[in-house]
Formats: sequence, C-alpha cells, structure tokens
Amino acid sequence: MTRLSSAFVKGPALVTFVTGGDGPTADILDALVAGGADVIELGMPFTDPMADGPAIQQANLRSLGAGTTTADIFAMAAAFRARHPEVPLVLMGYANPMITRGPEWFADQCRQAGVDGVICVDIPPEEDPELGPALRAAGVSLIRLATPTTDAARLPAVLEGSSGFLYYVSVAGITGMQQAAQTSIEEAVTRLKASATIPVAVGFGVRTPEQAAAIAKVADGVVVGSALVDLVGEHGANAAGPVLELTRALANAVHSAR
Amino acid sequence: MTANPPANSFRNQPDERGHFGQFGGRYVAETLMPLILDLEREYTAAKVDPAFHAEFDDLLEHYVGRPSPLYFAPRITEELRSLAVSQGKPECGAQVWFKRDELNHTGAHKINNCVGQILLAMRMGKTRIIAETGAGQHGVATATVCARFGLPCVIFMGATDVARQAPNVFRMKLLGAEVRPVTAGAATLKDAMNEALRDWVANVHDTFYIIGTAAGPHPYPELVRDFQSVIGKEARAQMLARTGRLPDLLVAAIGGGSNAIGLFHPFLDDASVRMLGVEAAGHGLDKEHAASLAGGRPGILHGNKTYLLQDSDGQITEGHSISAGLDYPGIGPEHAWLRDVGRVDYTSVTDTEALEGFQLLCRTEGIIPALEPSHAIAAVARIAPTMPKDSIVLVNLCGRGDKDIFSVAEHLGVEL
Repeated sequence: MTRLSSAFVKGPALVTFVTGGDGPTADILDALVAGGADVIELGMPFTDPMADGPAIQQANLRSLGAGTTTADIFAMAAAFRARHPEVPLVLMGYANPMITRGPEWFADQCRQAGVDGVICVDIPPEEDPELGPALRAAGVSLIRLATPTTDAARLPAVLEGSSGFLYYVSVAGITGMQQAAQTSIEEAVTRLKASATIPVAVGFGVRTPEQAAAIAKVADGVVVGSALVDLVGEHGANAAGPVLELTRALANAVHSAR
Repeated sequence: MTANPPANSFRNQPDERGHFGQFGGRYVAETLMPLILDLEREYTAAKVDPAFHAEFDDLLEHYVGRPSPLYFAPRITEELRSLAVSQGKPECGAQVWFKRDELNHTGAHKINNCVGQILLAMRMGKTRIIAETGAGQHGVATATVCARFGLPCVIFMGATDVARQAPNVFRMKLLGAEVRPVTAGAATLKDAMNEALRDWVANVHDTFYIIGTAAGPHPYPELVRDFQSVIGKEARAQMLARTGRLPDLLVAAIGGGSNAIGLFHPFLDDASVRMLGVEAAGHGLDKEHAASLAGGRPGILHGNKTYLLQDSDGQITEGHSISAGLDYPGIGPEHAWLRDVGRVDYTSVTDTEALEGFQLLCRTEGIIPALEPSHAIAAVARIAPTMPKDSIVLVNLCGRGDKDIFSVAEHLGVEL
C-alpha cells in the first residue's frame, strides 16, 4: 500500500490543489494538512496554462512573476515531505517544464523530493512515452485524467499505465468554472468505477462543502483547486488562515458524507 | 491530397501517430483527445473523397481566385544584379520570381486553409467556428469563410494585436465575426491560441477550431499543409510551363510556417531545388526575436512538440517581430523535422531588414507586400546577388501590405 493509495482507504478523500510559489506556499500546504486534506496537489506554474480558468491562470502568473523556478518547486516538495512524512503529495502541471531536462531527470527529482504522483495535463495516453515510462521506472504514480468525452472505447487506454487514482474532470471545460450536474457526476463515477481498479476522484468546478459532500457520496475523492487558489489570490501573504478555514469545512463535509 | 511518394521520400510525413520524426504529436488535454481523433478520421475520409476535393477546388478557383499568378519580377532582379556588380560579382544575380498569393481573396494565403477546414467542419456537423489570429489575416480569412457558409464565428486575438491591427479587426467585425481581445500574457498570438483552446475544450460538442498555421495537435499540421500545398503544386506546374525547368531556390517567411510548407512540400523530392525558410529575427537574434529554430530548442506547446523559444525551465518566452504574423514562439513541427534532417535551410531577418525588403518591392515592382513576406524579400536581397544569373529564385508573396501601412509608416517616422 503506497502513501497515495492509503489516502483513499478510510473513506472519501479530500484532494486539494494550490499553485506552488503563489503566496507563502509552505504555510499554505501546512494549512491544507491541518485542515484535513488527504492528498495535496502542488501546481507547477507554467506560462501557458491552457486548461485553466482565470483563477489558476492568475496564480501561475503570480508565481512566475515572483520568480518561481522548477528547482523551487522541488525544494517546496522536499521540505513538505520532511514536515509531513505520511501525507501524499502530487505535482500537477503541463508537459513542457516536466520534459525540458528529460523525463528521467524529472522523474528522479520527483523520487528524491518524495513526490508520490504526477498529473500532466497535456500528455494523453497516446503520447505516454514522453513521460510515463520514466515515472513508472522511478516508482512515481502517473495520474491520468478522464473527462466527459472519454468514452468506453478510450477508457482502457487511459487506465493503462496509470496509478494512484483516476482524476475525473467532471465538466468539459477549464478549471474553476461551472460545476457539472450531480446526476451526470454520479453516472460517470459509476461507469468509471466499473472499469477502474484505482480510486476515482472528481474535480473541476467544486467550490463549496455542500458540493463536495454530494460528490463524496459517490466518488472516492473530491478535488478542490480554484476556490483555494482564489483565497491565495485574495489574501496573499496572509492566505494560510482562510485556506485552513475552507479546507476544514471541505474536509468535514467530505469525511462525513457517507 | 498527395500522390503516393516513394518510401525514401521527404513527403510521407507524419507517421500514423502524427509524428514528424521526434516532432508533432498530439499533446492535448484528455477532453480534446476524442475530438482530435474524430477530426483525424474525418480528414482521412475527406482525403479520398472526390466530392470533397471537387468542392475545395471549385471554391479555390471561383471564390479565392486561384490559381494565383507566377510572376517574373524584372526590376528587382535588375536591382539585385546591380548589387552583385557592386559586390564584384558581375556574373551573378539570380532571376527573382514571385508566387502571387497576396492576390487571393482576403489578401493572403490564409484563405486556402480556411476553405479546406470549414468544409471539414461542415462534414463533421459542427455549427460554430473559432480561430486565433495574430496579424489578423487568419482571423479575416476565417470570418470570410464563416460569412460565406453562414456559420457563427468567434476570433481570439491578443489585445496588443487588436491595437496594432485595427483595420483587420474592423474587417472581421464587418464580416460578422465576434472578436474577443485576449489580455493574458503578452496579449499576442500565443495567448490568443491558449484562449481559443480554452473555448474549444468547453464547447467540444458543436465547435470546430480552425487553426491558422501548420502547427497544433495532429492532424492539424498535416491538413493545413495539404490545404496550403496548392501554392507549391501550382507554382511547380507554372514554372515548368513557363521556363521548362524547376526553380533553384524557394524562399518563404516563417511564423508557424504554413505558407512556407505549402510552397515547399510539393518540391521536397526534387533534389535540385533548395529551400530557405526565413524566421523573424526581430531586434536581432541576441535580443528580442521570434526565430524558434535559430534561438529555441525542442519542447511541447499548443498540442505539438517542436522548437520553442523558452527558458531553461521550459517556460515559454515571448516572441518579438515587427510583423504580428510572425511573433509566435514556436514553429510548425514539419519545419522542425525538415531542419533536423537537413532538407530545408533556415535563416532569419531582422525588423530593419524586413522594412528594407518591404520598400524594395514597393519601389521596384509596384507591389506593396505584407511585413511577413518582406522578411523573405530581405533574405532574397541577400542571396540572389550571390547566385548565377541563370538561376531562378521563387519567393512566396504570401500577403499584401495594406494592413501594415500604418505600422510601417510609424517605423519609418511618417505621420499619417
């Protein structure tokens, strides 16, 4: 049982996303853990976040504007691992910063920093050789995305070579915008769980404890990103407090959903 | 759309996964992947459908105004021969010919591709069109075909470009398109493309994305190339008919590279024909520029792997060029491959040189070129004087300069 898979065994898990280097990241990550998040996604900033809505776009720009480098992200990850030996940590971002020094370099940095998994938005199964083999060889989970457009014919390819959990993007769209209808989420999760042997977490457009609780009734995990990133944007250096508050409310909702 | 090339051909790319050597591919979010596969299926079917070709050819002839002329340019040829004499090479000075794609409806080569893609969109039952634009030429061409076929159209354009290409913004609006200024990043072409991808991912069910250059996820680089190859196919036949021989050198400007690949591709297996792609060196290769091959390295952006302007962390850097059509930090993946295998040479031309090329063509031939092909003209002014007099240089005059007269006046210090 890996750190990542054990996060999902005691009931529905809260998965939280923030962009690395946007605000006081170490304090914010500690607040996520203190608030009860079960899995931490640390966003690697990129100049061209084309799958993200305004909230996370702005976070990327703030982080890069503050001078955040890939080395900084790995330093944040390694420091987090030292402070929180048991909490699973996932890097999420875009292909180019991940492959630019070679996938083996990136996978090795992940392993050394204690990163459990990687979500790469723009490497679909068709381009797996670009990153997947290096991550698997380093023992780092490749977490893939499934979407409303992922039909039954594609699903096996998405699941092949992925591990940790399956991230179901509940709306065809960008991050932080509208939420999918609860019934469509329920149908999709049922369909995915019939094929997937790994947990299924649902994200995109989830902002409130009420929404999170409804999803946690059917899914193994609920991902919240833009709502937290908005707090970082609003409160900047003082974001840890508000982040802790929202995370606690989300965690209570998710953990008591069933 | 090409006859079966031999196994050792330069014309049989990409492979079945959309790769040109290590370049190209399909680096898109999962939401878009099924759509990309649909498009590939539909394009594969269209390629062998005579009805599709017939409609495409008919529109190119009667709506776009093809074939475009092949023009021998006597006075620029003479001017460059005088230059050769002054350089101590009186035996030099190649003949300069132009493929006149600036005479197309809408004033650039972009319309060739838009006609092809909107026919594909309608085959797929899509009812809404989106596109990105830099200089506005592709936006105008897209708005044009949308008006022609009665489809609603949204054009994403960087706010910086909206400001510096006001005439084209007005044209798009006249044609019924909605122009959405994009303020993210440097608010130029790359950011417009990001925003178009964001729109597409949220509207996959009814929307077709008409990409303007031979880049993006497979099958776009292939299909844009095929639609633009009408340029090279015509030019090849016209040159043979007029001179009984093939040109010695092809020259074309490169942003994403669609006019260049359209000219080059039909000639790739003609071993005697050399080819030169001209990137935008902006203020100079050691300063701000948009020359992805000269100053970039391979990476992944906008659905494909290609040469990109980027820092050591893989963050994309902004391209700069006097030409809004060239200031993109990447290049089509087939050019990346052609450069690595050595079949095509690439060079670059600065803003200042391009302005000189612009004025040279105005003065010698009575043709006002766009700033994009002005880069190709500047490269020819460098090379033609070094080539024998009986050699033939064929330049793709891919756009006319009406849209650029305001920015040229500004750069020349003239108040209009």
